[in-house]
Amino acid sequence: MKHYEVEILDAKTKDKLCFLDKVEPNATIGEIKSMFHKSHPQWYPARQSIRLDPKGKSLKDEDVLQYLPVGTTATFYFRDLGAQISWVTVFLTEYAGPLLIYLMFYFRVPFIYASKYDFTTSKHWVVHLACMCHSFHYVKRLLETLFVHRFSHGTMPLRNIFKNCTYYWGFAAWMAYYINHPLYTPPIYGEQQIRLALIVFLFCQIGNFSIHIALRNLRPPGSKTRKIPYPTKNPFTWIFLLVSCPNYTYELGSWLGFTLMTQCLPVAAFTLVGFIQMTVWAKGKHRSYLKEFRDYPTLRSPILPFIL
Amino acid sequence: MSAPAMGTSKTAHTDSSNKKKKGPGTLAIAYLVIYNVVMTAGWLVIAVGLVRAYLARGSYHGLYYSIEKPLKFFQTGALLEILHCAVGIVPSSVVLTGFQVMSRVFLTWAVTHSVREVQSEDSVLLFVVAWTVTEIIRYSFYTFSLLNHLPYLIKWARYTFFVVLYPMGVAGELLTIYAALPYVQKTGLYSITLPNNYNFSFDYHTFLILIMHHVFSKLFPQLYFHMIRQRKKVLGHVEEYSKVE
Repeated sequence: MKHYEVEILDAKTKDKLCFLDKVEPNATIGEIKSMFHKSHPQWYPARQSIRLDPKGKSLKDEDVLQYLPVGTTATFYFRDLGAQISWVTVFLTEYAGPLLIYLMFYFRVPFIYASKYDFTTSKHWVVHLACMCHSFHYVKRLLETLFVHRFSHGTMPLRNIFKNCTYYWGFAAWMAYYINHPLYTPPIYGEQQIRLALIVFLFCQIGNFSIHIALRNLRPPGSKTRKIPYPTKNPFTWIFLLVSCPNYTYELGSWLGFTLMTQCLPVAAFTLVGFIQMTVWAKGKHRSYLKEFRDYPTLRSPILPFIL
Repeated sequence: MSAPAMGTSKTAHTDSSNKKKKGPGTLAIAYLVIYNVVMTAGWLVIAVGLVRAYLARGSYHGLYYSIEKPLKFFQTGALLEILHCAVGIVPSSVVLTGFQVMSRVFLTWAVTHSVREVQSEDSVLLFVVAWTVTEIIRYSFYTFSLLNHLPYLIKWARYTFFVVLYPMGVAGELLTIYAALPYVQKTGLYSITLPNNYNFSFDYHTFLILIMHHVFSKLFPQLYFHMIRQRKKVLGHVEEYSKVE
């Protein structure tokens, strides 16, 4: 068995950072990252980007040395991705915030509203319903993060947690302030509007959860394989016939339901911004499905059937 | 505020056909030259208007009224510059340009025009003068650059006058907003209170205070020091030549 030699250069300065000899041909990039980490302890594997070309794409951890287009002395380029944080940590933090923040407004903790309202409760039952729905939504997200989702990437840049938390926590506070305000005005069409909104909300929550389960089942535990998702026996997944990312479709539906339920402009704003972001993600995912799978169903749209 | 984005299109391509589209076409350049000439002229009109009014009245108080209409017209006209970036005939960022133009338009309409009581404030003159001088230099800079004949004096002026004009403009703007505050609070201008059917509220008075804080603490220092760095980059070589002699 012939061994490889691996040299790692800095992608920007081209300095020789590391030289590894007697590397097994079946070594993976992941293993090479671990070896590199030993000589440079500040660069843990998650923050290493190893590529064949200084300006090229990152190689995957699973790539095997002997199947890469390199000679027996392989030259790789390294870029520091910066401090990393795990996706699970980010998700848990960004979702726990809205859950707790909303409840603070719901229970009218001091210093938010006039002091005569401290620890009082709203007289409108839709406000209690809204709190239950909002809390349910974020508890669901937390549990899905812990038990359902299978992440492709382990980590993301550290600065994302500040950006994401500002977004989620900020909007949660803004919405919660008005819904739980002593001067809150309930929906104009009263019980009818609230009932319809609740049905839409629950339907979409179940739908969103069904999609998450279906996507999880596409991927064996610990793997990062990608397959085309298809409708299953669960009717909530039949939307896969028309849409590539129905999880986003259902998420939009949930927030439209919540907007209708609360008749609150900040909620509508949050729904709109979320929709724009999810559309960007859905279009990207749709494009990569099309690129990766030649037999990808042509009837599907990224997020809204036939429209978007 | 007073110092808009740096990007200028220098027509580097001598290719007759713009198949590679790496810059504006000849029609776009002609349009941009006309645009920049018109804007230079417009701000010159405002400058002349200010001087004439000052000479006629013998004082610098209340000069805003003498140039109110051309100021509104030409400052609002600058919104076209956002379009220029969006369409791609000017290589600047839409977001950056949008931000700068919108801040000027905001001050012109949502503060000075909307709150009549501040129109006689001296702070208004402060920012109007700053804007006028800045824009005359900026638009001539663009005009000459597009025609590939930029006199060093204009380049020097563009990257030097801001050192005084930018703080002057920002001071004028902040003082004007500050002067508007009591009137905004008293009349509830542009504000929405609870309760209402959309469960939303907006306090323009608080909003203006937040803007003042943001401009003073973050925006102005950031942009000012960015321009100082740009100045060193663009004009820096002059010192090297003089050292050689």
